Amino acid sequence: MDALGLLRPAASVSGLPAAHVPHAASGFALGDHAGRAPAAPAEGPGVVASASSGPLQRRFEPYQNNGGTVLAVAGKDFCVVASDTRLGLGYSIPSRKVSRILKMTDKVVLASSGMQADMMTLHKTLRMRLVKYQQNHQKDMSLTAASQMLSNMLYTRRFFPYYTFNVLGGIDEKGEGWAYGYDAIGSHEKVSAVCSGTGQTLIQPVLDNQIEFKQQWGAPKVDLSLEATVELIRDAFTSAGERDIYTGDYVEICKITKDGVEVEEFQLKFD
Amino acid sequence: MFRNQYDTDITTYSPQGRLHQVEYAMEAVKQGSASVGVRSKTHVVLATLKRFASELSGDQKKLFAIDDHVVIAISGLTADARVLSRYMRTETQHHKFMYEEPMPVGRLVLQVADKCQISTQRASKRPFGVGLLVAGVDENGPHLYQTCPSGNYFEYLAMAIGARSQSAKTYLERTYTTLADADVEALVQAAVTALRETVASSKDTELSAKNTAIAIVGSDGAPVRILENAAVQPYIDALDSTPSAADDDDDDEDEADAPAATPAVAPDAPAAAPEGGSPAGGDAPAEEPPANGAADMQT
Repeated sequence: MDALGLLRPAASVSGLPAAHVPHAASGFALGDHAGRAPAAPAEGPGVVASASSGPLQRRFEPYQNNGGTVLAVAGKDFCVVASDTRLGLGYSIPSRKVSRILKMTDKVVLASSGMQADMMTLHKTLRMRLVKYQQNHQKDMSLTAASQMLSNMLYTRRFFPYYTFNVLGGIDEKGEGWAYGYDAIGSHEKVSAVCSGTGQTLIQPVLDNQIEFKQQWGAPKVDLSLEATVELIRDAFTSAGERDIYTGDYVEICKITKDGVEVEEFQLKFD
Repeated sequence: MFRNQYDTDITTYSPQGRLHQVEYAMEAVKQGSASVGVRSKTHVVLATLKRFASELSGDQKKLFAIDDHVVIAISGLTADARVLSRYMRTETQHHKFMYEEPMPVGRLVLQVADKCQISTQRASKRPFGVGLLVAGVDENGPHLYQTCPSGNYFEYLAMAIGARSQSAKTYLERTYTTLADADVEALVQAAVTALRETVASSKDTELSAKNTAIAIVGSDGAPVRILENAAVQPYIDALDSTPSAADDDDDDEDEADAPAATPAVAPDAPAAAPEGGSPAGGDAPAEEPPANGAADMQT
């Protein structure tokens, strides 16, 4: 998903900077190069900058996409939140093992893909807010409270967003498992299964089909067990790791049940 | 202390060099109900006496957990204490955000003391009317601090503040050398015994599970624990077997299993060398500010 989704003239790989139109990265940065536009403007495709836009200038680009895929799948009384651990930058891998996951409470887990720096700051700020909530209310934040608070926090940065694509998963106060998907400025929706990040387009259709039984006519809708869900998630990551260069190395899986959060890890391909 | 012509204004010294408004603020602390703190080599324990506004009301909160490693007991104006506890909570979280480590206790107490001092030097403000006992653990071990409305703070091995705290202090002065090596249970029992001294001479108040609250923090890495109501009962029951300085009230509560704790009074226990308490150095351990407020402010 685009952070700001502004259409702008295409910038070429040769390095000519874009015109001065402010934007956030709309795809991947090749190195620190400004990104590509999804569609051509009225002047026609391939135009670097029109004369009417003014002089060509180099702007400081505050965002970068470090890649990675995160997902959350909810069952009847459990939820599984998983993410890969690769930190990408262009065609490089600065780290094979970074954690994208924040265990908020015993019942709520957050995973964020996107820009690592924004993700870390968002997680630190969330930790402070969780402690404050606990001290003032003498109890942990519930899933619904946490989901709304995250949305509010993201929206307060509406005009300089956290470049993070979040998924939240956990068990609500009734004991049911639920997941929430977010965009960069806080729009969120309660769902059964959601995926975000560079592997989103590869995995989300699989989740729609296998968890929500979309596009399956006449097939009985069954609730998957925790073990079956984890198996599905493992397969999803191994498959996404094959096709998405930004997904790989390791996968961290958090299983949230009424007994708390259990973490397991497995290895993907390093290529 | 009686009224005189130099006590109306916080920003007016008396000819003896005293700030009477600050001393009056410290009187407010002495009006609050008692809080006791004791420290060993590994733990710090706070024991407090809760007051009830009336028979119909709930109890006044005396213990505030600040972070996982710090807890405070308050005596004095509770509303002022809430402001300070909110400030301490924000500062500890901010420090953790900036440095990814729990805030050193002395730094936190210093900031609180500075905040108290500010309102002793502004014509438009009044001093905070609350004294805190701050119990916390950091990489230098367990700490017990006391803060004053004056903006002074001191570190202690054992201390009591609030109403009739002198009785508790007298008891602690006799027994503080046994605290360093006490285990947690013995330390809690020592704190509760010292707290009992503040009501020992009272006919109509005695320690019970309802009016006693205890906080424990230790260098074992576990977060602050606050004990109230039923969790406090074993320590109240164990008091029956401990002699007090004043005449004991007969306690007809059921004898629950008392934890294996030795009474804190042990005249022939080897006196472990008391550690230097105050960060300023040179102060004898368990030294308390003299009851005379003037010397206190001039420390």
